[in-house]
Amino acid sequence: MSQAELQSIARAEPIRRQIRWHILVFLLPALVIYSAVMVLPLIETLRLSLFNVVDGQPAFVGLANFKVLFGDARWASDFWNALKNNFIFFVIHMLVQNPIGVALAALLSIPKLRFVGFYRTAIFLPTLLSFVIVGFIWKLILSPIWGVAPWMMDLVGMKSLFAPWLGRPGSALIAVSLISVWQYVGIPMMLIYAALLSIPDEVIEAAECDGVTGWSQFFKIKLPLILPAIGIISILTFVGNFNAFDLVYTVQGALAGPDGSTDILGTLLYRTFFGFQLQLGDRSMGATIATVMFLIILAGVSLYLFVIQRRMRRYQF
Amino acid sequence: MSKARTSPIRSSLVHLALIAYTLVALFPVFLTIINSFKSRNAIFRNPLQVPTPATFDLVGYQTVLGQGDFALYFQNSLIVTVVSIAAVLLFGAMAAFALSEYRFRGNTMMGLYLAIGIMIPIRLGTVAILQGMVAAGLVNTLTALILVYTAQGLPLAIFILSEFMRTVSDDLKNAGRIDGLSEYAIFFRLVLPLVRPAMATVAVFTMIPIWNDLWFPLILAPGEATKTVTLGSQIFIGQFVTNWNAVLAALSLAILPVLVLYVIFSRQLIRGITSGAVK
Repeated sequence: MSQAELQSIARAEPIRRQIRWHILVFLLPALVIYSAVMVLPLIETLRLSLFNVVDGQPAFVGLANFKVLFGDARWASDFWNALKNNFIFFVIHMLVQNPIGVALAALLSIPKLRFVGFYRTAIFLPTLLSFVIVGFIWKLILSPIWGVAPWMMDLVGMKSLFAPWLGRPGSALIAVSLISVWQYVGIPMMLIYAALLSIPDEVIEAAECDGVTGWSQFFKIKLPLILPAIGIISILTFVGNFNAFDLVYTVQGALAGPDGSTDILGTLLYRTFFGFQLQLGDRSMGATIATVMFLIILAGVSLYLFVIQRRMRRYQF
Repeated sequence: MSKARTSPIRSSLVHLALIAYTLVALFPVFLTIINSFKSRNAIFRNPLQVPTPATFDLVGYQTVLGQGDFALYFQNSLIVTVVSIAAVLLFGAMAAFALSEYRFRGNTMMGLYLAIGIMIPIRLGTVAILQGMVAAGLVNTLTALILVYTAQGLPLAIFILSEFMRTVSDDLKNAGRIDGLSEYAIFFRLVLPLVRPAMATVAVFTMIPIWNDLWFPLILAPGEATKTVTLGSQIFIGQFVTNWNAVLAALSLAILPVLVLYVIFSRQLIRGITSGAVK
């Protein structure tokens, strides 16, 4: 090897170690907007949960706000009630929304099915609607006064089963959850549908050559291949449910009636943070509830990222 | 394809199931729209009847168009939604590419940092956001909304897009590098066209919460000049709570543009999926 060649290798070495500016360029716009508008205000909110007003002055109080939230008579029952309701809200979504979403996606992805575009658009439509319209129209449909729901149940001979579900403490939460399921079933459907379509034809053909068709094909071939997508929709559902606020607010109002039976963490946060009717807004306790919501969601997402997603097998075609 | 799939009984059962769910999905929307064209009495007496010449009444739309400046609200919503989606898609795809393509120190940490935003509602930081916008003089501007929605949409966009970008073949990108393409050219000319279906999915999912959001327009841009359609309809319901015609008409009008946006994006989605670019 000549001297010149050795020198050029030596010169090439620092170039390889050079800062790769393109990585920074790719990351920077997203990073700046995200940090300035989202992360810093959130940190400020978390910080506020450790402060409260003492003798008219903002003061550091440590975890005292949390102690009040979990144990104080004025706060604890509301908080635990909201937490329990929120958990039920989530379970209903997982048991109803996601299986329906997967089933619809499985039906839609059947090859050579006609009108797929129409079905997909129609089923996804409710997801596009604002909570204002969803809340309002379902309130009307389920209202005993307007009489649409009793009339429809009469058609299938179940009129006697009708009850003003939204007005009863025992059924209001389920009714609101199902309205939310109705609105959001399009999201799991679309994600699973895209995942199903991305399964290569060769895999399906190979399964058919081996005589695996129909139901067993779905459960043995397709389902394992779309498990990552199911993982994604599960975690999206979890996060969405523990952030939920709007639907309960538009259907049942900020008090999340009847008798707090539909109160979830989002509505509790709203009432606490901004005040409602005679209750004054409490910034510190609002920030405390926000922090608790943050921790719950953090726990769920960590479970997904570090346990569930790691165990999931990925296939690359 | 196998014969079992095309058997008429089976496919009609499939259609039956899909039609049944389609009815469930569409019925409330249908109900809103038909009743928005009816007179007040007809809304209550016969909620399920389509408007007939006797019950047809545009009084709701007249009230809406006479009271609120809905053309301006539509324009505001449209500007905010379209600009935010464009920013989320461009910046999100760039960041997703950086995270999925390059190994660099702090890659995992960066991914986690950006993913944190998927789980935390940006609403929790509202007070500090408002303070910041006041300080920057952005209150009652559409820019404030666009900034917030871009920040809100980015984490999910980055998460989904980097999942998809990992499936883009390395051989293709390396072939590009051997042909002398810059990293920017590889991103814009090779990777971006391949993840278009994912981009369309992200666009649809980003669009919905932005268009329907009530919270930030109310807090950051409640002024008459910057009201969005959702806020406009909400204020309408507040003021005209007993005027069902006006409320139903306002709600029907609010459905329309998002439907148009969706149809535009869903064509892209279908084209992308059927061309098999993600496979």
